[in-house]
Amino acid sequence: MSEIRLVELTVNGERHDLAIEPRRTLVDVLRHDLGLTGTHVGCEHGICGACTVLVDGAPVRACLVFAAQVEDADIRTVESLAAPDGALSDLQREFSAHHGLQCGFCTPGFLMLAQGFLAERPDATKEEIREVVASNLCRCTGYQTIVEAVDACAVRRREGSCA
Amino acid sequence: MNEPHFRRDGAWVGASVPRREDPRLLAGRGRFVDDIALPGMLHAQFVRSTVAHGRIVAVDLDDVRAVPGVVAAFSAADLGLGDVTALLDRPPHEFVPTSMPVLARDKVRFVGEPVAIVIARDPYAAEDGVEAAVVEYEDLEPVVSDTAALADDAPLVHAEAPRNTLVDVSLFATEGIDDVFAEAPCVVRVRTRTGRQNALPLETRGVVASWDDRDEQLHVQTATQIPHQVRTVLAGCAGLDEKQVRVTVPDMGGGFGQKCVVGREEIAAAAAALRLRRPVKWIEDRRDALTAAFLAREQRYDVRAAFDADGHILGLDADVVCDMGAYSCYPFTAGIEPLMASAEMPSVYKVPAYRVRGRAITTNKAPTGPYRGVSRPQYVMVVERLMERAARELGIDPVEIRRRNVITVFPYTGVNRITYDPGSYRESLDLCEQVLRDEGWYDVRDSGRVIGIGYACFSERTGYGSGAFAQRKMQVVPGFDISEIRMDVSGTVSVTTGTMSHGQSHETTMAQIVADRLGLDIAQVKIVQGDTDRITYGFGSFASRSITIGGSAVAAASEKLGDQLREIAAHLMEVDVDSTELDGAGGVRLRDDPARRLSFAELADVAYLRAHLLPKGVGPGLTATASFDVAGDGTFSNATHGVVVELDPGTGGVEILRYVCVEDCGVAIHPQIVEGQCRGGIAQGIAGALFEQVTYDAAGQPLAPSLMEYKVPTAAEIPDIAIHHLETPCAFTANGAKGAGEGGTIGAPAAVLNAVNDALRGTGVELDDTPIAREAVYRALNSALEGTHV
Repeated sequence: MSEIRLVELTVNGERHDLAIEPRRTLVDVLRHDLGLTGTHVGCEHGICGACTVLVDGAPVRACLVFAAQVEDADIRTVESLAAPDGALSDLQREFSAHHGLQCGFCTPGFLMLAQGFLAERPDATKEEIREVVASNLCRCTGYQTIVEAVDACAVRRREGSCA
Repeated sequence: MNEPHFRRDGAWVGASVPRREDPRLLAGRGRFVDDIALPGMLHAQFVRSTVAHGRIVAVDLDDVRAVPGVVAAFSAADLGLGDVTALLDRPPHEFVPTSMPVLARDKVRFVGEPVAIVIARDPYAAEDGVEAAVVEYEDLEPVVSDTAALADDAPLVHAEAPRNTLVDVSLFATEGIDDVFAEAPCVVRVRTRTGRQNALPLETRGVVASWDDRDEQLHVQTATQIPHQVRTVLAGCAGLDEKQVRVTVPDMGGGFGQKCVVGREEIAAAAAALRLRRPVKWIEDRRDALTAAFLAREQRYDVRAAFDADGHILGLDADVVCDMGAYSCYPFTAGIEPLMASAEMPSVYKVPAYRVRGRAITTNKAPTGPYRGVSRPQYVMVVERLMERAARELGIDPVEIRRRNVITVFPYTGVNRITYDPGSYRESLDLCEQVLRDEGWYDVRDSGRVIGIGYACFSERTGYGSGAFAQRKMQVVPGFDISEIRMDVSGTVSVTTGTMSHGQSHETTMAQIVADRLGLDIAQVKIVQGDTDRITYGFGSFASRSITIGGSAVAAASEKLGDQLREIAAHLMEVDVDSTELDGAGGVRLRDDPARRLSFAELADVAYLRAHLLPKGVGPGLTATASFDVAGDGTFSNATHGVVVELDPGTGGVEILRYVCVEDCGVAIHPQIVEGQCRGGIAQGIAGALFEQVTYDAAGQPLAPSLMEYKVPTAAEIPDIAIHHLETPCAFTANGAKGAGEGGTIGAPAAVLNAVNDALRGTGVELDDTPIAREAVYRALNSALEGTHV
């Protein structure tokens, strides 16, 4: 049995103390220790991106990170996007409006990917958005509507900031 | 679109309303199998075969059981379960029944086959346990290709199947067909191989099984498209009554057919839970999903087509060999691919003479099952290649030759004895070509770049009723669906469907159908799916049957309930029932005096809380049940796909510049969802044409065990797709709808392959295999370039 280690994580602004094996991945800790099951596991080898979360604002594959590696970081999951009263964020609403999800399994990963990207690159062009969307796999949509949703969100945010 | 839009008549059907599934899925509040956690839950992993073909000499799990955290480990002998056996009612020379043990017993037949199940306190410990297992094999020579399997001295994958042949059928042989070919002015031939593919739902397979002492029931929560069949097989394997098993399905992260067969792992995990009387969870990891889940698509075709001098097809003569891997899948059997191809190959064309032989071959590779489109992507590709080849030989435009051959008068009964319901075969072709011409792609094609334009026309049977499946002679005959509707005291309804959404939005589309039939808001309709305790029996979702068949059953049950409500209302208002009608706003009114009405809530109040006021002979409560089956040979959606590609002479790469799909699925319940189904299907079809392939080495070891090797296209490879709708309402379903789930996957490989070949015109090379090898494109282009320099 591996040694158990005390790990302190900050997820969606909330602090958690965990006694876990060092080999425990961030995604398993989020899903199974903290009950934040919105983040999904699609491949466990960093290709599909279903487990994408934000670590200090940057999209990260939570299946490739040990929880013990991100002790001092600010971790954000899909559960942080909607308002406390359940109202969906602008990005989430655009996904729905554009039918950017079908089975919904890869969706949290795409949302967090886009959330991190748009925060860094609010002026991103649609082509740049497509390039970033290509980081993750979706098996239902054919991607077009995901690209359109993220682009629409970016456009609306820019229009909002101009107003 | 941000606001729901409605048809002018205010109907829900036809309106792209916001999906009811979205808020929870977007907020991370969906509940998928792996999100389920039960008190005391244990975790399963499988010890899997490392050899492709071998006799099991010994399974030693002692070291496994000593691993910290491991609670139990079971081999086949420990669990003692019955086998999973799928049957066709066909004579022995056409079908050889074989069984799939839940855990391999005496022999392993592919790398990845489960040999033992390890149960531990957490998944990490379960994996540690798997590594400690010692399984001794006596190696047998593996059979890794269909040609090797058919060799005279080939080792046998199943002792009971001579020549490794599970299915060998010759369904059609028009008299005099040899003369047709002998006398035809033009005979073209296509020999093709299509790669083995993985449907690859993003959510892998998974199950949580638990014994409930209070219900005296094994509760199996599993990601399956066919909950009732899982129950039937599990009860049979474990020797339980069906009432002792409840199968429910939470949110499902895609399936595409891979989850519409009964998997041995879900049975093993459930059996372990039964044995341990503790909940057991198994979540398939991606490596197992890539190597041991049900695969599809690996087929070999040798097809000749005879044409007259004007390009009219005179006959088709086909030999189809499907490499089904190690086992026959339940319930469809290894016949699923060869029988589909044999029955439907004539496609959208008037084919006067037809002969076909279809075979399912067993090999030491992961077994295959249905995958979105089932054989149609392949035979459509072959037939569309034949059309293009004949067009070239005869000097006819490729679109024109199709125009001369497509069925235009309906209903049309083909040489395959199938009657096609009305469709827009010709119209979709014309429109697709027109769109590409109007957009100027023909000018671009002739501008000197290496650009090609390709088309594919097809229809797809979507409403497979019991009659259609009975023709296939499956011992399990899907086809019907049963729906039960219940109105509660508040006047809102719950409706069951035996179909099972895995991304297609049943909660929205089924509710639209019910809302229209009863005059309710969709918010007042709850759709119940995926629960064998609440649904009488159902066949789940495959073959694009959900809306055609499930949706029709839901409509029929709704109408029955509407009749009940009118009967009660007529009694209370003291009028004849024929003078009442549903008012479209949650009530019943008098036809001639619309102001006199009773709301559903008022009627439900009587039905449940004041039953003494009900008419004589009407019992309390408000429920109705209806079943639906498709009459005739089914319903046929149709489409034409048009693709523009550009080839890169430097790399052999294929870039898709434009993709246009003209589809006709009858009445679209929710156009936006139909478009989503088309686009997703096309993406999977493009994947098959250009990227994805499951390969093995000579020893039967899988060469693509991770997503590093198995290339799934991303947003960088899949283009934007323009979709145009035509609408030929279906006469055989209750709502005019035909199915829409699979078409994209069916059309894309043919259209892409034809476009690539169009771009290769003048090189003297034609490519017929998929995935299209970059090297082959490179060689074709560069040998041609060298040729021009001479």
